[in-house]
Amino acid sequence: MENFFIFTIIVIGILVILCLYRAIFGPTVMDRIVAVGVIGTKTTVILVLIGIYYKRVEMFVDISLAYALLNFIATLAASKFFRTRKSILPGTKFMKDREAEK
Amino acid sequence: MIVEYIIDAFVIILVLLGLFFLFTATVGLLRFPDFYCKLQATGKGDTLGAILILLGVILYNLHDFSLNNFLVCLKILFIIIFIFHANPVATHAITKAGLDADVKPLTKEDIRK
Repeated sequence: MENFFIFTIIVIGILVILCLYRAIFGPTVMDRIVAVGVIGTKTTVILVLIGIYYKRVEMFVDISLAYALLNFIATLAASKFFRTRKSILPGTKFMKDREAEK
Repeated sequence: MIVEYIIDAFVIILVLLGLFFLFTATVGLLRFPDFYCKLQATGKGDTLGAILILLGVILYNLHDFSLNNFLVCLKILFIIIFIFHANPVATHAITKAGLDADVKPLTKEDIRK
């Protein structure tokens, strides 16, 4: 059963590396935010599985819970920031300017 | 004990299903053409995959039942509940940010070009 969990950890690690491609070369800023959120969710799962492998689940579960909270806050903060403060695509206008035109 | 083998089989089925959904989310993130399509793939696939794998971990952890193990399983259940609520909220926030920042959705005319 330990070998099966090692296999799971390795497969999720490969998936994280594939997601990292989208986080580095993503065409827009929003793509990168989505990719970072997906990587965070996968890391939460990996941390619990590592705890099972080392037989210290009671310690790693706390780290995993903290990581899930941090990931959620980071995604919310990034989306709130890019919503009002920056123009995301080249050629689009700031939100303030568009509201001023109306 | 044959009961332990049955529990192990259920754990393996749950974890493999979760891996399948995580793989689907990753493929959607890499291959879909539009930002909103990518959100649709990751928002569902990632949540369901993480929940299934953590359920499998809970089932594996209940092998030797004690109060300590039960509390650990309760904590993993908290993680599941949190992911179940937080992932859709984060997806909604990113979608709202994209709409407010004037990112146009993909339409039929864009595909025909």
